[in-house]
Amino acid sequence: MAEDAHSAPSPRSGEAPRSVSEVREALERVGYLADEPAALVAYLAQRLGKPILVEGPAGVGKTELAKAISRATGRQLIRLQCYEGLDEAKALYEWNYRKQLLRINAEQPQTPPASPAAGPSGSAEARASAWDEIFSEEFLLTRPLLAAIAAADPVVLLIDEIDKTDQEFEAMLLEVLSEFQISIPELGVIAARTHPVVVLTSNNSRELTEALKRRCLYLWLDYPEVEREMEIVRLHSPEIDEQLARRLVEVVHMVRQLDLKKPPSIAESIDWARALLLLGADDLDRSVFERTMSIIVKHRSDLDLVAERVGLKLGGIEGLGAEAAG
Amino acid sequence: MTAEPARGLAPRLVAFCEELRGEGVAVGTSEILDAFAALEEVPWGQQEDFREALAATIAKSPEDRRVFELLFDRYFFRASEAEAIERSIGEDRRYDGGDRLDLDQLREAVRQAIADGRDGEMRDLARLAIAAFGRRGEGSGVIGVDVQRIRRALGLQAQGAGAEQPALDRDRIERFERHLRRELERALIERTERLPPSRPLAELDRALPTSPAQDLAAVHRAVAQLKRRLATVGHEQRGRRRGAVVDVRRTMRASLDTGGVPLRLKYRPRHPRRPEIYVLCDVSTSVTSASVFFLSVLHALHDSFRKLRSFVFIERISEVTDIFERERDFRAISERISREGGVADVSGYTDYGRVWLEFLEQIVDDLGPRSTVIVLGDARTNGREPHADVFARVAERAGRTFWLNPEPRLYWNYGDSVMAAYEPHCTAAFECWTTRHLEGFVNVVAGGTPLADQA
Repeated sequence: MAEDAHSAPSPRSGEAPRSVSEVREALERVGYLADEPAALVAYLAQRLGKPILVEGPAGVGKTELAKAISRATGRQLIRLQCYEGLDEAKALYEWNYRKQLLRINAEQPQTPPASPAAGPSGSAEARASAWDEIFSEEFLLTRPLLAAIAAADPVVLLIDEIDKTDQEFEAMLLEVLSEFQISIPELGVIAARTHPVVVLTSNNSRELTEALKRRCLYLWLDYPEVEREMEIVRLHSPEIDEQLARRLVEVVHMVRQLDLKKPPSIAESIDWARALLLLGADDLDRSVFERTMSIIVKHRSDLDLVAERVGLKLGGIEGLGAEAAG
Repeated sequence: MTAEPARGLAPRLVAFCEELRGEGVAVGTSEILDAFAALEEVPWGQQEDFREALAATIAKSPEDRRVFELLFDRYFFRASEAEAIERSIGEDRRYDGGDRLDLDQLREAVRQAIADGRDGEMRDLARLAIAAFGRRGEGSGVIGVDVQRIRRALGLQAQGAGAEQPALDRDRIERFERHLRRELERALIERTERLPPSRPLAELDRALPTSPAQDLAAVHRAVAQLKRRLATVGHEQRGRRRGAVVDVRRTMRASLDTGGVPLRLKYRPRHPRRPEIYVLCDVSTSVTSASVFFLSVLHALHDSFRKLRSFVFIERISEVTDIFERERDFRAISERISREGGVADVSGYTDYGRVWLEFLEQIVDDLGPRSTVIVLGDARTNGREPHADVFARVAERAGRTFWLNPEPRLYWNYGDSVMAAYEPHCTAAFECWTTRHLEGFVNVVAGGTPLADQA
């Protein structure tokens, strides 16, 4: 393992951030409020040149972290969305068969059909040169992984939802992630010219292999605390009243406590805040909640449960307030 | 320790990893090397950075992270205390003025520190509180008791004591409690001048919560992971190319693109095996503690499989599929099952034999080679006829039969347990009383290889 670390191209220290707080501030400038662990891992990833494996429930900003890093560092983002049955041809590279066939067809008329008898050696030579030609970079279709490795400028490579692929695909990733190189049998090894920041995300729907985990820095993202989520909501819709924002985030947290099929994500809190602004609501009472809760709850059975539990509670608080006033 | 890193840190860190391995966290040499590389990059004078850098390189799953947190606190706390004893360093400022403190003022200060979430403040106040309430740290001698006593005296509640007091965050109160616990431990170590023996983290700490009195939410958290895994079972199968059948017609059509050369093979889509699952769950008193857990497993299964029928039984069997389908809330489900299930006749003792007879009668036409039968129970028949032959007929008709027993394998076939009569008819029987056992089982059902080590 120690050799791996040495043979990988070293990160250019001139560009790497100098402190954790520098990373956090850079991320904040592009609209991502990172907590302490997230900022630290992003910093370490850039210093050590190791991939980041981000796990956590859906909708806590795993993909957004990669996008924010790309914006903060001014690097291009290359995204590989994983799905079941994703294979090397879709992830690494593929030969452009059609173009190759056209090339071969274009070659053939020049050699007359009787030529095998006339000069087999010449024909073989021609064939060999054609062979070399059709397996050159001209006929190569680059896919996200190769594109990230071969890029002239440093990039951020996002491998999204790695848990959706099968183990064979993970094994193929190992070479890319630890050596930052891809071997193409016909062309040889293509090594990274620059050092990409790699972010892998997983919803933890299956256990990833030890080998993959070993090569990554691990970050577990969870739903943020009330205070942090409030900051996030207010960062994205600054016009919202502080009191309303707090109420909104508290309700979202209450909803997450229930056992739902799909708990509301951070993005949905933000959407909700925007919707409330559009509706001109200045308080979150029961009627406003029931009208707008479809923004954060998106399952039939969840809707009933939330309406019953949270709706009641909102009503209850209202009632208490009225009592106290009376 | 921070003064002489060259002398102390490396061996300490390796020893710490050694201890993590002892608790079952897979820490490889490469992880340790990464940890050292990471530590070079962070200013580890700050405890938070130091801890996070280690966690990011060493603990690589939520489960590992939990163990890491527990061990980190214990290990580095013990290490620095051991060093202190060795060099006989005591802490001078002992907050002796504890008795003269205004208690209301202290209460207010503690609440403020917890609301702000400042760790340093909390630590100082924890010591102040120990001095004030714990008779200078002597207390009862049992740390847990002292912590609770001081917490009560300070009036710390998550709900907020009254209308004028704002509610405090539960997590932060727990953090304050950790400070209290640690300060009490420190005081104890200073008094006795030696470290209490280090114990492995209790196995219980990671076992399934089994008592019905325990928070149901904890059970559900354990099942949530299982739910996610089960949800992808069908999908994983689809991605595999093994044993695929070439679809000649579609391959020929695709070859038109490439001038009639069939470069791209098209495969017949493989239909994922859609399992029909029958779950039979014992809810009698002998498995009370486990049945809460089993019911919540059932609950989780219902979310993940469409073709799932569930039954509960004690003396008789009763289908509860529609209860699970209508009710989303777990608590409501267990209430309705106990009210409407009608599974207890007179005695309330399990009668496995009768259950098989009734089950076979109800379901005989539906069982087929694609059905999976899962039995959750302890196979304790209270001395009644086990009717293993009827169970054998059920197992024969079904494609697969699994038995999950909430008792350790050691207790099987002792007393009135007749596991031996049923086990040969099952595809496999598992003991299932920790999360690990459950995972092993899920792995098998999902079509994976059984875990090598079930114990």
